[in-house]
This record gives sequence, C-alpha cells and structure tokens, in this order.
Amino acid sequence: MEQIFNLTFLAGLLGAMIRMATPIIFGTMGEIIAERSGVLNLGIEGIMLMGAMTGFLTTLHTGSLWLGVLAAALVGILLSLLMAFLSVILGLSQHVSGLGITLLSTGLAMFIYRLSVGSPVSPPTVKPFSPLAIPLLSNLPVVGKAFFNQYSLVYIAFLLIPIIWVLLFKTSWGLVIRTVGENPLAADTVGINVNLVRTLCLAAGGALMGIGGAFLTLAHQNMFLIEVVGGRGWVCIAMVIFGNWNPIKGAGGALLFGFLDGLQLRLQGIWYKIPFHLFLVIPYLITIIALATMSRRTASPAGLLKPYRREEKG
Amino acid sequence: MSVISPKKPVVEMHSITKTFLDVVANNNVDLRLYEGEICALLGENGAGKTTLMNILFGYYTADSGQILVRGEKVAFSSPHDAIENGVGMVHQHFSLVPSQTVLENIVVGSFRGKFFLDTAAAKRKLLELQNRFGLHVDPDAFVWTLPVGSQQKVEILKALYRDASILILDEPTAVLAPLETKELFATLRTFAAEGRSVVFISHKLNEVMEISDRVVVLARGKVVAERKTSETSEKELANLMVGHELTKQPYSPSRKTGAPLLQVSGLTVKNDKGVVAVKDLSLTLHAGEITALAGVSGNGQKELAEVLFGFRELLQGSVMIGDQPLPFGSPKAAIESGIGRIPEDRMTTGLILDLTVEENLALENHTKFKKGWTIDYRALRRHAEKLIEDFSIKTAGPGAIARTLSGGNLQKIILARVLSASPRIIVAAQPTRGLDVGAAEYVHRRILEARDAGSAVLLISEDLDEIFMLSDRIAVMFEGVIMGMVGRREASIEQISLWMSGVKEKCA
Ligand SMILES: Nc1ncnc2c1ncn2[C@@H]1O[C@H](COP(=O)(O)OP(=O)(O)O)[C@@H](O)[C@H]1O
Ligand SMILES: [Mg+2]
Repeated sequence: MEQIFNLTFLAGLLGAMIRMATPIIFGTMGEIIAERSGVLNLGIEGIMLMGAMTGFLTTLHTGSLWLGVLAAALVGILLSLLMAFLSVILGLSQHVSGLGITLLSTGLAMFIYRLSVGSPVSPPTVKPFSPLAIPLLSNLPVVGKAFFNQYSLVYIAFLLIPIIWVLLFKTSWGLVIRTVGENPLAADTVGINVNLVRTLCLAAGGALMGIGGAFLTLAHQNMFLIEVVGGRGWVCIAMVIFGNWNPIKGAGGALLFGFLDGLQLRLQGIWYKIPFHLFLVIPYLITIIALATMSRRTASPAGLLKPYRREEKG
Repeated sequence: MSVISPKKPVVEMHSITKTFLDVVANNNVDLRLYEGEICALLGENGAGKTTLMNILFGYYTADSGQILVRGEKVAFSSPHDAIENGVGMVHQHFSLVPSQTVLENIVVGSFRGKFFLDTAAAKRKLLELQNRFGLHVDPDAFVWTLPVGSQQKVEILKALYRDASILILDEPTAVLAPLETKELFATLRTFAAEGRSVVFISHKLNEVMEISDRVVVLARGKVVAERKTSETSEKELANLMVGHELTKQPYSPSRKTGAPLLQVSGLTVKNDKGVVAVKDLSLTLHAGEITALAGVSGNGQKELAEVLFGFRELLQGSVMIGDQPLPFGSPKAAIESGIGRIPEDRMTTGLILDLTVEENLALENHTKFKKGWTIDYRALRRHAEKLIEDFSIKTAGPGAIARTLSGGNLQKIILARVLSASPRIIVAAQPTRGLDVGAAEYVHRRILEARDAGSAVLLISEDLDEIFMLSDRIAVMFEGVIMGMVGRREASIEQISLWMSGVKEKCA
C-alpha cells in the first residue's frame, strides 16, 4: 500500500485536481459574473452541455480545436441572451427560465449531435488538445508535471480567476455590476441601464460556461457523450455559494472538488472490489457538507432573483 | 396667478398629466423653477408631488405635457438623461447599497471611459464637495453602519458629485432630528447661493416657511396655488393644501390614570445587525394614559416594540405585564396577555396583503372562529362586516384582497383588528406615518377612545404634532436610551427637540 501513495501518485493526483477543476472554474467564474449582477443562471448545466457538443462538432468538422472553443463560447452567449430575454427583459422567474434553458439545451444537444453524426457503433473522436509544457517551470519536481504541463485551456482558466476578481473589485465596471446586483434601483437612479448591464453579464458568463463545456470534449475527453457534463453545472452553482460570490474563494472550492474527483478516480483503481459508484459520490457528498457548513455565513447579492422594474403601473 | 420673478426659469413643466391605472396622479400640472431659488412643493400625501418630480427626474414618463430645461425641450426616458441635464433627486426612500462604502455608493457609474477605479481622485473630489456644502460623512465607512441622517447626506452627495444644478429633495426632513434639519437647510442655502435651484417637497408648513423662497401647492394632482413665501402664512398654506379650514384638535388630557399595567425594567436588546439597540431601558405604562415615545426612527424604537410584541429576544432586563413576565418567542402569548399590536411596517408584519380584508381582520384572533377543525366563515364574515361598518373601512367588501385598499384603509384594518379585541395595553408604532390628514385624524380619535376606555397606550412616533396632541407623558428615545421624560403640561417643543438630537441638558 505504501508504494501506491508515493511521489508519482501525488504528482498524478495534483495534475488530475487541476484538470478536473478547470471546467468547474470556467463555469463558476461565468456564474459569479451573472449572479453579481443579480441573475441566477440555472441554465448553466445545459449551456455547458451545448458548449461541449458545439465545440466537439465544430472541431470534428473543421479540424480546428480553437474554432471549437470559439463556437462553444458563442453558443454560450446565445443561450444566455435567451436567458436574459426571459428573465431580464420579460422579468420572468429566474428559476423557471434557467431550468427551462437547461431542459431545452439537453434535448437540443442530443438532437443536433445525432443529426450531425447519426448513430455510429463507436462514437466519433477528435484529436484533443495536447499538454503545453511551460519551459523551466515544468521541470520542477512533482509540481512541474502537475501544474506546468497542462492544456492551454487550463492556464486560461487559472488566469481568469485573478482577472475576474480585479474586474469585480478594482474596476469601475465591477462597481457598476455589483451595484446592479445589490440594489438595481440605486443603479437606475444614478443613470445606469440595469437591464443592459444584466444582459451583458449573462452573455459574458455564458461564454465562459460554454468554454467550460468544450474543455470536457476537446481536452478532458475526445468525444461527446450525453452525460459528459454530469452535474458539473450544478456543482458550479454550489461553488458560487461556497465561495461567497468571490472568484478566488469560488476557485478554491473548484480545486477542492477537483482534488476529490481525482482522488476518487484513483481510489476506484486501488479498492476495485468496492462498487465504484460509491467513490463517484464522494466529491458531491463533500460539496453538500461544505455547502451546509459554509453557506450560513454567506451573503448573496441582495438583488439576486428579483427582476428589475420601475414601479410604474398603468 | 404666477408670481413674477426677474430671474430666468431653468425648468418649465407644461400641462403634465400622469395616470396610474385609474388614479390621476398629476392633472395638467404647470411648474416653473428659477435660478438660485428654493421652491417648496407642498401638498398632502397622495397629492402627486413625488410623481411630478419623478417625471422631471426621468424615472417616470408623463402621459402628456412638455418639459423645458434651460429653454430647451427635453424628453427624459431614464434618470440617466436627467442627470446629463443637471437634474438630481434624493428620493424619500433611499436607494443605497448597504454593503458598500460611502465612496463606492457615490461614485458608481460616474467614471466615463476610465476602466480602473481611481479612488484617490474620487475621494479628493468628494472631500472638496463635503467641505463646500458641509456634508461630512466618512468616505470609507460602510453605508450599513450609518444612521439615517448620514445616509441622506450620502444621497445628496451622490447628486452633487454628478454636478446637479437642479436638486430635488423628496420629504428630506421626515427622517431627520430637528438639529439635523437645521444642518440640511444650511446646505441647501449654500447650494442655492451658487445660483442653483432646489425643489423641496414637504407637507410640514413650518419648514416650508423657513427654507423656501416660493411655494407651489399641489392638491389632488393639481396646482392649486403659488405664493412667494414672504407674502403668505402657515395658516393660508394649510387652508390651500387641505382645501378647507384646518381645525387642530385640542389636546385632551387623560381623565383618570390607573394602575401600572406594563413595566419594562433594565431592558437591553440587540438589533438585526447584532448591535445593542436598546440600552438598559425602563418604562412603565399606566391604565388610561398615553405615553409617547418620541424620537427619530432607528434609535431602538422598532426593537423595543418587537420585544413587546413577543418576537425579539431581550438580552437583559424584564418586561412585566401586571405581575406576569412577558415570555419571549411567543407573539401569541403577547396577544393573549392583552397587548394590542399596531406595528410600524403595516404592509409586512401588520397585514398579509394577498389575503382578503376579512381574513386580515381575523389574523390575530382567528381561533375565535373555529368550528371543529375548520373556520366558521359565516361568523367571520359577520365579524368583518361589523368592523368594516364600525371603522368605516372603504373597501369593495369583506372578500376584497387587502392589496387593493389605500394606505389609510389598510391602517384602519389593523386598528379594527386590534381595538375589537379590547386590549389592556396598546403599542402603536408610527400609527399615522404616510396617512393623509383625514385618516390620521381618525386614527388619533380611536386611540384617544381606547385610552378613555382604560387601556394603557405606548405611542411610538416621530411626529411632534401628533405627540403633543395625544400624549399624557412624553419620553424621548435616542440611540437606545431614554433621554428624558416629562408630563405633557410641562413639555416644550424645544426641550423635546434637543433630546431627540441627543442633547442631554435641560432647556433654561
Ligand atoms: N407607482 C404607482 N402605481 C400606482 N399608483 C401610484 C404610483 N405612484 C403613485 N401612485 C398614486 O398616485 C397618487 C399620487 O402619489 P404621489 O405622487 O406619491 O403623492 P405624494 O408624493 O404627493 O404623496 C396617489 O394616489 C398614489 O396612490
Ligand atoms: Mg411622496
């Protein structure tokens, strides 16, 4: 047993943690932007799936991985604009609109995929992203391989964390976004177009969610399966709460989830006599426990879930 | 009727009409505002003052009419357009972000083309404004830590920071202690002296007389008069505003003060933020007597009332009803021990707006209408019909949804519910806030009747007129403590005002 938990094991586990965390980070960052402006986007699970499917098919047909990523971002934007139309412009319930988008996307993803590839015996594959070693750093022992020999999308995800943090807390746009999310009336009365800000935040967040989905089919795996997202969108929703709507803490949660996900995969291999389903549950179980203990101290944006209307009737 | 002024009008509003469903809030209103003047917009609640100014601020759009700013026709579709044209408005209900700092609340959205927040430059500009207008608030304080008076300063600074030359203030003194009002007036005079203009909305005549150069009186959506302040009087304005002679109800003293019914001793309570809001407070209420608790809102009155209603935990001290302690955590026990609850927030904890009038009338005593496991709706209907009649509640019927009633009639529902249970003790928090003169007068009469029937009344209010008209004893609450208490006959407005501002020493 001791031989199993050695340095190679550790390096592998850390690398897996980073990889597993990446789609969660994309989704969590996207969701944080949307929720900071006051809109809960429960369409995330479906948007990630559509991103995964669109990215995969685009790459399959064009041979370009980056075109796939771009297409996934675009489809994320489109679906989020639909979300914005329903929940911001029409002012419908954010819960219902978001779940509606997820249901629509789930059906649509399968439909378009089947339409495009039919039902072959073995699913088509693409040549996925290959790791990009960063000179010098990737030679460091243990962490070099784990942290600095990763897909470019991984580096982008980790760069996004401080960027989103700076955007939200150090820029004038961030202040506008946070004000719209906390008190849309205050924003309106200083001349900010509340619904425009919310729409733009949803769109930007949607792009990130789409890319998070594409990571799953273009880097993590090399094919599209309907269960490829497998609840990761919901995990992102949990991570936003876990991180108290802060990108850095939210990413911390994503890393914890990635670590547990990587660990359970390895434990499946070690204790192969135990049904593997039990291990699959671990990251989700810990997420629930973490959420239950942490979320009592969190404070959501005060304007979350409330469509904004001037109180003008008639 | 227009008062001739040598100065140029900065704002001209022509025949503005605005309708909400079936209410005509503004009916063909004309209003002019001149350079460097303070214009008071006077009118009772519901006269249409807020609506008119929201139209000038671009928050509402008028159904018809024209607006000219500095001679040019404008069509504001949002506050953004109004701000661009130098119009700023401080609403009666503030719109601030409590979790952000004063500076963040003020500067948000004002950085044209600058991506990063330049807090240093913004702070310099803000401090300069603060000195110029005497509006001192710590730029780095979080808004939730500020008392209402300072929050209002933040709202005014928001407008000044955007270089407003036309400043609208909607009932700004409603939340201020008398000394704070003086400060505000000084700020407004400085502002006007720079050649800018102020619209000061109020229904308080003495303030209008003190601060304004000109008064426009609005009643039932129409301009009924316009006067130079120097050429009118409080009495004339009152008559214009109400449309008939205003007879002030004379003070009628308690006929007979009875036994102590409720004794609060050494009470300490925390507010929702976990800060001590009531400190070591003691108070006794006697049968057949109205004790007023004067003070600007937010000084612990709400927390005290909630302890008496049984839904806020006390940290220290005791509340005794007769010789029984009032249990915490049981609003039911409070009701059963004879406390009648007239809460400050009648829309949220007083009534359930989506239930019917009759259901609301039975809310705290529905067990009286039990028939086995169900409710005897026929008895409930009879009960409601009687109360609607007795309290002249204007409604389509007992089955009408409460939301459809006006503010005054909603308050009558609460009054009817509470008084019909003949409580020994009545706690009335801001019972006439937001009501028009007629409805307020009715509430006052009912409270006096209850006192004469032997109830002990605690009247929590910030309206000094109301306090002097009703109460037998006046206590003043400031930052959680009672600053002082006097009998009605010995009380003077000056002394009460000083206490309300936190000044302890006695007047000469
Ligand atoms: N948003 C609204 N929706 C429906 N009715 C309104 C609205 N705002 C104001 N009113 C109605 O218009 C009338 C004028 O209101 P308002 O302008 O607030 O008066 P004031 O400020 O003088 O007290 C009132 O009868 C009020 O009930
Ligand atoms: Mg008003």
